Amino acid sequence: MRLPTEKKQIWIARDLSRCSGCRRCEIACSLFHEKRIWPEASRIRIFMLVPGTDFPHFCAQCEDYPCVQACPAKALSVSRETGAVLVDKEACIACGQCVEACPGRIPHMHPTEDYILICDLCGGEPQCVKVCQEGSWNVLRIVSKGDYSYNLYARKPEEIARNLALKIYGEEGDKLI
Amino acid sequence: MILGYAGKVLEVNLSTREIKETKFNDKLLRDYIGGRGLAAKILWDRLGNKWEKVDPLGPENILLLLTGPLTGFFPGGRTCVSGKSPQSNGVIGSTVAGEFSVELKCAGYDGIIVTGEAEKPAYLFVKDEDVEIRDASNVWGKDAKQTVSILTKECRELLNKRFPKKGEWKEPAILYIGPAGENKVRTAVVAAKWTHAAGYGGYGAVMGSKKLKAVVVKGSMPLPEVADMEKVKELIRVVCDDVYESELWRRWGTGSAGYEVGAKTSSEPIRNWQEEWHNEKSFGVDQFESKVWVKPYWGDFGCPTTCLKIAVVKTGKFKGAITDNPDYELQAYLGTNLGIFTPEENVFLASLIDDLGLCGIQTGNVMGFTAELFQRKILTKDDLDGLELKWGDAEAFAALAKKIAFREGMGNLLAEGTYRAALKIGKMKGVDVLQYAVQSKGIGIGAHGIRSEKDYPESYSYACSVQGGDHTSTACLPLDDFRSELIMTFNDSAVYCYFNIFGVPRNLKFEFYKAVTGIELTQEDWVNTKALRILQLQRAMLLLGGPDLKWKPKIHDSNPPRFYEPLPSGPYRGKTVDRAKVEGEIRRYYEAVGWDENGIPKTEVLKKLGLDDVDNALEKLR
Repeated sequence: MRLPTEKKQIWIARDLSRCSGCRRCEIACSLFHEKRIWPEASRIRIFMLVPGTDFPHFCAQCEDYPCVQACPAKALSVSRETGAVLVDKEACIACGQCVEACPGRIPHMHPTEDYILICDLCGGEPQCVKVCQEGSWNVLRIVSKGDYSYNLYARKPEEIARNLALKIYGEEGDKLI
Repeated sequence: MILGYAGKVLEVNLSTREIKETKFNDKLLRDYIGGRGLAAKILWDRLGNKWEKVDPLGPENILLLLTGPLTGFFPGGRTCVSGKSPQSNGVIGSTVAGEFSVELKCAGYDGIIVTGEAEKPAYLFVKDEDVEIRDASNVWGKDAKQTVSILTKECRELLNKRFPKKGEWKEPAILYIGPAGENKVRTAVVAAKWTHAAGYGGYGAVMGSKKLKAVVVKGSMPLPEVADMEKVKELIRVVCDDVYESELWRRWGTGSAGYEVGAKTSSEPIRNWQEEWHNEKSFGVDQFESKVWVKPYWGDFGCPTTCLKIAVVKTGKFKGAITDNPDYELQAYLGTNLGIFTPEENVFLASLIDDLGLCGIQTGNVMGFTAELFQRKILTKDDLDGLELKWGDAEAFAALAKKIAFREGMGNLLAEGTYRAALKIGKMKGVDVLQYAVQSKGIGIGAHGIRSEKDYPESYSYACSVQGGDHTSTACLPLDDFRSELIMTFNDSAVYCYFNIFGVPRNLKFEFYKAVTGIELTQEDWVNTKALRILQLQRAMLLLGGPDLKWKPKIHDSNPPRFYEPLPSGPYRGKTVDRAKVEGEIRRYYEAVGWDENGIPKTEVLKKLGLDDVDNALEKLR
């Protein structure tokens, strides 16, 4: 049990089916990390494998951090403060083993540099959540990190797209993916 | 190099399979910006000296897919599609929403120029500087949803194979045509994301004539450098704050208008514009909201408005139909204009139109026209291959739409669009059916009538537009009015969605342009010089026209005959457009934009704008 005075870690709660596909999160994330509007370098990415099933795909901070464990170069670590996965750009050898280890294949390589991109929660103030809240989409919301199986949210894009297609389009969804 | 641009344009010759890069100089980009303006300039420079002979559906036509400097930065990304229009024989800057333009700029290109004609069905796959013309035989003949699904899968697999360590690739962006485009139907669209379309102009037919099924793009670079990113961020915030606060277009998109434009402003096409007023509460936005909208907000890159709403029919006869909203234009043209007043039937028809790759406005216009001819017994069941085309029969209209898309039977004639079909049917039946054709210069008029003067109040809105019946680009005085064609030209040349600028200061777009490009541009300079120059180019190519049709201002700078009939019902019953008044207003508009009494751009005006060659080319029309 945490003491009330202790600073709690955050988690970005996500309600995927509410995503409008406005991609302001990609813009905010890439502006924060890269100082450019750069969708492919955004740590949060909107997938739209089936039109209308747009959803954000980004690190879920699994309890067991399989990506960190899989890294042969010790380039990945867990922030004590935020619980986010931190990437040591210099140490990363761009081998892609973290991608294979992640149940959702969420990490992706920087488009022009040789290191992996993983959400770092912007050091505790995620920019994606800010813009999502501005639009009152409520897809992304900051909550206190609890004792839940967050790794459930680390799923492959195809699986999420299929789920959403069935949810939105009913049986038609099967034909659309 | 001007900031905000990728700095080069991709040029693909489908006949020779040659792929190269083209650069435009700074002066040209300063003057024509991008999108619609640049399209007019490219087309004039390359085809101007033989314009009248260029068949829009022949290999000599050029298909343009262009971004603008503000694309990707200004909230709401769009792509401008252009070329010689198979509808007007002029040039239309037709825009389609989606991520295509952003992917293209991130791939390093401001646009794509497609020339020639492929030997067999092809699609273009662009991954940054890797560009290839690929075989499209597996998607040729496929509808919109199948095409998107097959190409998304195929191109993601290609990317995963080529870049195995990258991780998961997001889907590339796709512009495609449906069967209607393949069959060179003049009311075919260039589409994106199932439901988004560049409709006006008929560029789906141009793409089809080149046997180009799709263009697929993945760009992995950032958007280009801008002059002042802090200012860009600040202006994005101003736009978004306004949209979130005002909720204009956000809650319902334009989906409330299917009821309101009929009930309140009496300007909605009903049964081929025989009426413009209705009070059918079954068509209220609340009915769409509670019956068919399964996703209340759907948008494109950077857009705070997300005016689209995904609609699905989950039960009953039309189960399985999927589309967006439908937005107002399709509520009207695939609803009220066909005598249809329920969300389910409307979604069913819009879904089919998306799948076939047809334009809902143009096809709804020609189908309404056909149904009126059936009502008047000018066309019979036999003429329509056994179809009883009764108002309100969604399944009959669905059957007709398929005939049009596949050019079957009567569909082959209707696939030429309302104006051309009217000429042919008139000859066939010996009756003047042009009086029932609600179009301007080959382009069916958008779903906003002018008779009540409560919606688009200018009597010459469509008559004088260089884009004919296009409701997003209408003639208006003063020339710097918010709704003026010259102002709209900025939106379509800088290429972003104008639905995001309704509530912000009028000068914001020019401030945004400066923050991105570093170039100062005043509204005055834009309207009086740059936009006017683009307008003259478009007007010149429209009047040169050909090869099958030419427009004579004295005859064709006018409203469809229907707009001179009094409104038969509703609160504005009896109101109509006064012919004498229109003629005076048209002359006033000619004067303002520098056209002579015959509607031809004046020599001194063209020379002042540096368009001496345009002046020479127009000499034969004077």
